[in-house]
Amino acid sequence: MTYSGTIKIDGRTITFEQGDTIMDAALRAGEYIPHLCHNPEFHPHGSCRVCIVEVNGRQASACTLQAVDDMEVINQSESIVEQRRSLLQMLFVEGNHVCPGCEKSGACQLQAVAYYTGMLSPRYTHFFPRRPLDASHPDAVIDFDRCILCELCVRASRDVDRKNVFAFSGRGINSRLIVNSPGGILGNSDFAATDKAAHVCPVGAILPKHRGYDQPIGERLYDKQPVSIVGDVAAHEQDET
Amino acid sequence: MRRAIYNQTVSSILYNAHSRVFGQWRTTCISIWTRSGTNRISGVQNITKPVTIVSAQINPDNFLTELLAANRHDPGQLLQCLHAIQYRYSCIPPQAIERLASALGLTRAHVESVISFYAFLHTTPRGQFDILFSDNITDYMLGSRELMLWLCERLGVEPGVPRADGRVTVDITPCTGMCDQGVSLLVNGIAVTQVDDKRVVVIADLVEKAVPVEQWPREFFTIQNNIFRRDRMLFSDTGKGEALRALLDNGADTLLDVIEKSGLRGRGGAGFYTALKWRICKQAESDTHYVICNADEGEPGTFKDRVLLSSHSNCVFEGMTLCAGIIGAKQGYLYLRGEYLYLRGQLEQILAQRREKGLLGSNILGQKGFDFDIEIHMGAGAYVCGEESALIESLEGKRGIPRIRPPFPVTHGYRNRPTVVNNVETFTAAAKIASLGVDWFRDMGTVQSSGTRLLSVSGDCARPGIYEYPFGITVQQVLDDCGATDTQAVQMAGAAGSMIPPAHFERRIAFEDVATGGSFMIFNQQRNLFEMVLNFARFFVHESCGFCTPCRVGGSLLKDLVEKFYKGHASRHDVEEMKNIGALMQRSSHCGLGNTAPNPVLDLLEHFPDLVEQHLSRDDYEPAFDLDASLQQARMITGRDDEGAHIR
Repeated sequence: MTYSGTIKIDGRTITFEQGDTIMDAALRAGEYIPHLCHNPEFHPHGSCRVCIVEVNGRQASACTLQAVDDMEVINQSESIVEQRRSLLQMLFVEGNHVCPGCEKSGACQLQAVAYYTGMLSPRYTHFFPRRPLDASHPDAVIDFDRCILCELCVRASRDVDRKNVFAFSGRGINSRLIVNSPGGILGNSDFAATDKAAHVCPVGAILPKHRGYDQPIGERLYDKQPVSIVGDVAAHEQDET
Repeated sequence: MRRAIYNQTVSSILYNAHSRVFGQWRTTCISIWTRSGTNRISGVQNITKPVTIVSAQINPDNFLTELLAANRHDPGQLLQCLHAIQYRYSCIPPQAIERLASALGLTRAHVESVISFYAFLHTTPRGQFDILFSDNITDYMLGSRELMLWLCERLGVEPGVPRADGRVTVDITPCTGMCDQGVSLLVNGIAVTQVDDKRVVVIADLVEKAVPVEQWPREFFTIQNNIFRRDRMLFSDTGKGEALRALLDNGADTLLDVIEKSGLRGRGGAGFYTALKWRICKQAESDTHYVICNADEGEPGTFKDRVLLSSHSNCVFEGMTLCAGIIGAKQGYLYLRGEYLYLRGQLEQILAQRREKGLLGSNILGQKGFDFDIEIHMGAGAYVCGEESALIESLEGKRGIPRIRPPFPVTHGYRNRPTVVNNVETFTAAAKIASLGVDWFRDMGTVQSSGTRLLSVSGDCARPGIYEYPFGITVQQVLDDCGATDTQAVQMAGAAGSMIPPAHFERRIAFEDVATGGSFMIFNQQRNLFEMVLNFARFFVHESCGFCTPCRVGGSLLKDLVEKFYKGHASRHDVEEMKNIGALMQRSSHCGLGNTAPNPVLDLLEHFPDLVEQHLSRDDYEPAFDLDASLQQARMITGRDDEGAHIR
C-alpha cells in the first residue's frame, strides 16, 4: 500500500505519496516551484538551487528533500523569491545569454523562470567566458555559451540512451560540459538526434539543426503563458518528436 | 568598431571604452585575461611545447599492467591509479587515459573528468621537478610568495608554467598543513620545510643539476611535531591493542555504551556524537559495513592530524579497528590528503606491524571472525573531499562532488553501504577512551564538550605548533601560551571558520561557544585583514566543486568584489552586494563548503566596521573594471599617452 500524507505549500494543503520529494508532490498537485535542473523523468540533482524552499526555518532544494507528513513549506516568500532571482542572475552572467539573438528565446526555461521571478537585469558583473561552439554533428549543435551545467544531457545520455556521450570536466567556475569522443567533438560521438539527450536541454545549449526559427517569436511556448502554467520545455519537446 | 580603434581622436578612445561596457563580445578577451592573470592558483597550463615524459625507463605499458593488476581492475580504484601514474610520469599521458578507460570499463571522458577535478593531476607534463609552494595566508605572511618568485627567477620560469626543457614547474597550492614549519613547499608531492633564501639557492642548484629528490639533503624534509602543550590525549601512550582487548573482554554493546557515556563528539568540526553515529551504522541492515578515517586535513591552518598520524598512528588505527569491531565492518580506509604523501610509507609500515601483532587482519587478537583490515587511499588536491560524502565519492574513484543528503553515509555510504566516517582525532580519542575509561575523558572539558581539543596554532606568535587543551579554554589563554601579543584577530577553525575580534577573546573554545576543527591562526595589528580575506576568497574559488550555482558563481563574484575592496575601489553598494551574495551562499548552497565559504568576508564586515569604512571608496558607485586601464589597448594602438587619452 502506498502511504500518503499531506504537506502544506504556502498554506495550501496537498497530498504526497511515499518516496515523494516536495517537488514530486508539488508537480502532481499543480503547485509550481520554479526549477531548472529538475526533470521528473530523472533522479533529482539539486544543483541549480532555483527550487529552494523554506522548511522549518531551514532552506533546502524542493527537488531533493523528501516530503514528510505535516511539513510546512514556504515557496513564495519575499526572501525565497529574492534568492531565486539572484541565482538566476548568477546563471545569466556566468554564461553568455543573449536572449534577443538566441534561437531558443521564447521557449527557454531559463528565460521563462527569470521572467516568472521578476528578474529585470543581470545585476552582477558578466564573466563573458570564451566557449567555442561545436557544430560538428550533422543534426545538432552545442552552444556552450548557453550551458547552465544542469547535467540533464549527461543524465539522459547515461541513464536513458546508455551512451554516456556527455560528462563534466574541470572544477568550480571552470566546470564545463565535455563530449566523449575522439577530439571531444559531438560529430565524432555516437550521439543521435533521436537520443533522449537531444531533447532535455532546458536552454538553447543543445539545439537541432535544419529547423531554425520554424516557430516565429511571439508564438513560442512561453510567449503566451508563463512557465508556472506551461511547465518544462522538455515536456513539450517530447510532444513534438 | 575596428575603424574607431584606429581613429586617433579622444572621442574614439572613449567610444572604444564604451564598447567594452556594452559590447559583450569585445569585452570577452579582456575579462578572460584578467581572470586567469589573477588566478594563478589554478595552475593554468600554458605549455606551448610538449616535453618528454620523465623516468620512462620502464615501459609504461608494463607499469600500467602491474598497476591495474595491483588495483584489481576495479573502476573504484581509478583515482589511486591516476595518482600513481602522475607521480611516475609527472602527468597522465593520453595513452594511459585510453588504457585506463578500456581496462576499467569507463569512458575516456569519465577518466578526463576525474583528472580535471583534482589539482594534483595533470594531462600535460609538469617536468622532472614539480614544486608547489604552500599558499595559506600564514605562509604568505612568512614571505612564501617572495621566495616562490625568487625561485622562479633563479630557474628562469613563470609561476605555473613548465620550463621548456621539461625540467621543472614552480607554482602555488593551498595550505599543505605545514603552517608551523616556516615556509614550506612540496617537491614531487613530498614536503620540504623551513624554506628560506639559502634553501631556495640550494633547491635551484639541485634542480639545475637534476639531482633526484631522494638525494636532496635529508634535513630539508625534517618535519617537527612542535607540541607545546600536552594534556591527557598526548600524554597517554596507548594503541597497542588495549582498546581491542577491552572490546573482546566486554563486548560491543558495552564498549558502545562507554563511548556514549564519554560524550565524545566528532572532532572534524560538526560535533556529531560519535557513539550515536556508530550505533546508527551498526543498526543499519546490510551485508557489509565500512569504516573510513577522514585524514583529508585540508582546512587551512590545520595540522594536528599530521602530528597524530606521525606519532600516534597506532592509536588512530586502533580506533578504526575498535569501530569496526563494534559496527561489524571488515574493511576500512584511511583517506590521506595528497599533501601528506610523505607519511604514506611509515603508515603502511605501522599497518604491517599491526597485522604481524594480530591487531589487524584475520582473527584479530585470536578472536575467530574478528576480521578487519585498513587500506590507505590518497587524495589528490581537493579540499571539498574533506566533506564526508565527497570523500566517499573520491574513495570510489570519482569526482569529489558532495552527495545529496539525506541519506547520510551512516546508512548509505561507501559503495552505498552503511559507513562510519570519522576524523583522525576522533578515532584516536575513541581508542583511548576504550582503554582508559569514561572518567579519564569525561572529567576534562565542559558538560557539552567533554575531553580535550588539539589546536593547530599558527600565524603571529612566538611558538606556532600543537596545543592540547581541555575544552572550555579561552581564546586569550591560547594567545598567552603561544606568545602572541598585539593580536588584531584570530581566525578560528580555518578559512571556513569564524574571525574572532579582541572583544571576543574571553570566549571559550567548545562546541557550545567558539567551535573549531582545530585551526587557530593569529593576526597581529600590523596585518592587513583584507589580505587574509582575499586569500580565503581565492581559496574557495579554487576549491569549489562547481556543482551548485551559489558556490560556483557566487564564490567567484564574491572573490572579485573582495579584490575590488582590497584595491580600495569598493563602494557601499559593493558592500551590500557582498552581504547579499554571502547570505545567499550560506543559505542556499548544496553543501557545507558553499555554506561556510563567505564566512571570512561576512565576519570582516561585521566585526571590523572601522576598517571597512577606511577601505571604502568615497563614490557611491564604482564600475567593476578600471575604465582608465581598459583604455590601455587603445593607447597602445594609437601611440598616445597624453592627458586626453586618460580618464581622470
